[in-house]
Amino acid sequence: MFRILILLIIGIGVGYLLRGHSFTKVTKWSIQATVCALLLVFGVSIGSNRSLIDNIYDFGWQAVIIATLGVTGSIVAALVAQRLLKKGGKP
Amino acid sequence: MKENLLILGCFFIGIIIGISGSSPEWLQGHDLSMDILSLLIIQVGISLGASTNLHQIFRSLDLRSLLLPLFTIVGTLLFSAISVLLIHGRNLSDCLLVGSGFGYYSLSSVLIADIKSASLGAQGATELATIALLANVMREMIALFGTPALARMGGRLVPISVAGINSMDVCLPMIVRSSYKGEELVPIAVLHGIALEVSVPLLISIFG
Repeated sequence: MFRILILLIIGIGVGYLLRGHSFTKVTKWSIQATVCALLLVFGVSIGSNRSLIDNIYDFGWQAVIIATLGVTGSIVAALVAQRLLKKGGKP
Repeated sequence: MKENLLILGCFFIGIIIGISGSSPEWLQGHDLSMDILSLLIIQVGISLGASTNLHQIFRSLDLRSLLLPLFTIVGTLLFSAISVLLIHGRNLSDCLLVGSGFGYYSLSSVLIADIKSASLGAQGATELATIALLANVMREMIALFGTPALARMGGRLVPISVAGINSMDVCLPMIVRSSYKGEELVPIAVLHGIALEVSVPLLISIFG
């Protein structure tokens, strides 16, 4: 897992040093392409997994529950933040 | 939006290739997805480091905007934890891992598959990763289509918090358009996205 963080920090360093170069503007598209490749490979690993496909409704419901609660939690958090942080600044 | 459809299209094509059983051996390996993931992380870092507005953004920030990502993280995780009571057979670690995606479905699902393969086995890890992908796609969709209503009913910070990591890119145009003087929200929304982007791998390694 540290590999991910180290890669992220190296990337930020490289990007900072190379800022202004035209190649950094390409990253928007290359990130897009990489995400597509990642999801394609992930899709293959899901599709070739029989028991996962057979139970997709069950997993879908679990996702709905966690997503709904997560969104609710962030709404509550933002409402609290708006109330607490209002003092000393514009709302 | 168009980009999102392209990404989801690739995902469904992948699923169909997988179901058809015609996928070559090399496409199914765990190493390939980790390699692509590493490539993605490096590029995300480069684009973060190279964004010329970074200085401006940090200069125009106040304490208020620095705290919003913390609120988002705490709120999301507290409520995600409740799902352990509603879902049979999932423990607290699983629910917190899925919640820790903050809408970043590509990264969080592959990270979860990687970190959980030791404890849950390959099958259990792929299942949890699929739930994480679905849940975080749903969060992005709710943010994308719900922003005008959320801004109207809750206030201008609510759509940023709900968008999670997507407040810095996919949902940013909608966030700006949905509030009065929405341009003022750009630094807050971008910093919010960056802070969550960094916190996704951190939180997943903590809860994994």
